[in-house]
Amino acid sequence: METETKVASKEKRANALHISGAEAVIKCLLEEGVDLLYGYPGGAIMPIYDELYKYQDQLQHVLTRHEQGATHSAQGFARVTGKVGVAMATSGPGATNLVTGIADAQIDSTPMVCITGQVGKHLLGSDAFQETDIIGISTPVTKWNYQITKASEIPEVMAKAFYIARSGRPGPVLVDITKNAQFEMLDFEYKKCTHVRSYTPVPKVNKSQLKAAAEYINWAKKPMIVFGQGVILGKAEQEFKDFIEKTGIPSAWTILGLSALPTDHPLNVGMVGMHGNYGPNKLTNECDVLIAIGMRFDDRVTGNLDSYAKQAKIIHFEIDPAEIDKNVKTDVAVLGDVKETLAEIFPMVNSSSHSDWYNEFKAYDKIEYDKVIKNDLHPVKDGLTMGEVLKEINNASKGDAVIVSDVGQHQMIACRYAKFNHSKSSVTSGGLGTMGFALPAAIGAKMGVPEREVVAIIGDGGYQMTIQELGTIFQTKVPVKIVVLNNDFLGMVRQWQQLFFDKRYASTELVNPDFVTIAKGYHIKGQKVTKREDLESAVQEMMVSKDAYFLEVSVEKEDNVFPMIPSGASVSDIRLS
Amino acid sequence: MEEDKTYTISVYTENNIGLLNRLSAIFLKRHINIESMTVSKSEIEDVHRFTFVVNISEIQARKIIGQIEKQIEVIRAFYHTDEETIYQESALFKISTEHLYDEVIQRKLKFRRANIVSITEDFFVIETSGTKDHVDKLHDRLKPFGLLQFVRSGRLAITRPKMAISEVLQEIN
Repeated sequence: METETKVASKEKRANALHISGAEAVIKCLLEEGVDLLYGYPGGAIMPIYDELYKYQDQLQHVLTRHEQGATHSAQGFARVTGKVGVAMATSGPGATNLVTGIADAQIDSTPMVCITGQVGKHLLGSDAFQETDIIGISTPVTKWNYQITKASEIPEVMAKAFYIARSGRPGPVLVDITKNAQFEMLDFEYKKCTHVRSYTPVPKVNKSQLKAAAEYINWAKKPMIVFGQGVILGKAEQEFKDFIEKTGIPSAWTILGLSALPTDHPLNVGMVGMHGNYGPNKLTNECDVLIAIGMRFDDRVTGNLDSYAKQAKIIHFEIDPAEIDKNVKTDVAVLGDVKETLAEIFPMVNSSSHSDWYNEFKAYDKIEYDKVIKNDLHPVKDGLTMGEVLKEINNASKGDAVIVSDVGQHQMIACRYAKFNHSKSSVTSGGLGTMGFALPAAIGAKMGVPEREVVAIIGDGGYQMTIQELGTIFQTKVPVKIVVLNNDFLGMVRQWQQLFFDKRYASTELVNPDFVTIAKGYHIKGQKVTKREDLESAVQEMMVSKDAYFLEVSVEKEDNVFPMIPSGASVSDIRLS
Repeated sequence: MEEDKTYTISVYTENNIGLLNRLSAIFLKRHINIESMTVSKSEIEDVHRFTFVVNISEIQARKIIGQIEKQIEVIRAFYHTDEETIYQESALFKISTEHLYDEVIQRKLKFRRANIVSITEDFFVIETSGTKDHVDKLHDRLKPFGLLQFVRSGRLAITRPKMAISEVLQEIN
């Protein structure tokens, strides 16, 4: 006689779909709300691509021109939408080409799931064609990874992958699926993952930590906030704004915190770090309480740690316990999701304005304007500056565009001068500093928020690292705006060579092709601007274009980015020239 | 700079393929040499335990624990000094049978907590366990007889302070 449970499980099986592992992967993606992914097919992932073909009305696959482009596109998509980006590649070189994007997502806490094909289970370890140990390779740069060798594992592992990628401090997850598991049949049932026994995504909020933090904040005469991407990832922009408006604390951002607070907000005092603003860097070493919110004290933010905010009490609002005391010793650590902790501390802090202290920031702003910003934005010399290009873009965008920047001088200029009214609007490779990030990331960003203007700002060096993605733009007709600020140099390295290596320009000068012609080859409209009088109209033309547009601006070859904290120096030793 | 010390790092984990790689990568990234390592079951069913021995500063130990605990499949990690730990290593020595009745060997067997675990016509095997120092000393004494094989385990450590894994599991389940 059959027991009740046996009958129940039989019924359950009868209800389950009997499908292939490959189809199950697609079903999992659909269950997770994925309708767009980036990738590149190849031998070991062909069964999944075959299913993608069948499901193309529900799931759009964007064929990038290189797997690295797929990861950066997925990252760009994730950064502007807050959703998990998905990238797919075959085994071997397909998988290894994902590694840069995965490492970038790991260090910048971007939620991403990468799916790689793998040789069949019976071939593992045999050095089969396009076999590579992508689990071993990706381990140090993934939040989690897993190799599936049986179709029956697919639903549970995929659910876990998405849960881990998006929860807590987000990050990249790689799922490697052997070819036999893609072909095998399974009884498919999907259950979203909501819990992993050994994983605590968000630490419990501790009331005594909140109380201690509130006491310092209420005691402070010269408090300063440094906020990072945690505010954006925690969707805590409103809570953050409420908190600073009540306490009246001047707030500076790390590069990844950019756009969490509108540029024009009176309490927004600019960027900290190596090429940040003068005031917040200088005053880091004068504040009495430094409140770090969702940031991780990167060395580019702190400069020399031995002389970083030594006079201040440090409060660190953070979701990841491993970040506490990692670089800077804190006096109070407030663990938890900032959306929660900022809301909870709100009633505990006093209303204040700190106007004398705030005016110190404004006084430094004036100095920085006279010595640096004026020359960047309103140059009197002949050569064009990167800053004035940003000024024109601001004029056209009114601060509503998504700005995707690459890595180098133009990135610092873009982050310093671009105006933002909305959160999730600055996409850049902060931690890893991946040249070549911007063009594919802009593709993902535009597809993520098609209703918004997306402008990629790229140097002539980084542009050529992923220039092949123009093919993706051409094929998908995604209307991204591409601005190449061309100084015929690897500008940031050249700047360091000038300042610290007696102007020995080792391998930093680029002999560049005709970029407009290249864009034309992909049927992307464009033009090159070499004179100031042509800049405004060119930017206008780009911004109103319904299609993708390429704008190259020849800028001064040997301009430097200032302010600058020389490597190894203290934040208060920031230089204006 | 804080001084380096010997720390025993105990890591309670799920039993999954690849976790060893993930944990060792944390040491590798920080250029820390692993002096010894043992993996085994723990006192709790389905929970595995890694025991690493490393020479680092306490600040480093604390940060390493943070990075280890951040790994998805790690339940909890701890670090302890030698004073907080009761630890043993095991070692096996394979020696030619011609030395079996040598006086030195017989004496060592008597006084050094060492046992013969196998004897054949050609060789015999001595087993010992104790502190690293104990194993080192026995090794030095037996070496002149020509060690056909020598192998030692990583550290097996029990900590004096409690490591409340069952409670942690209850809390997170």
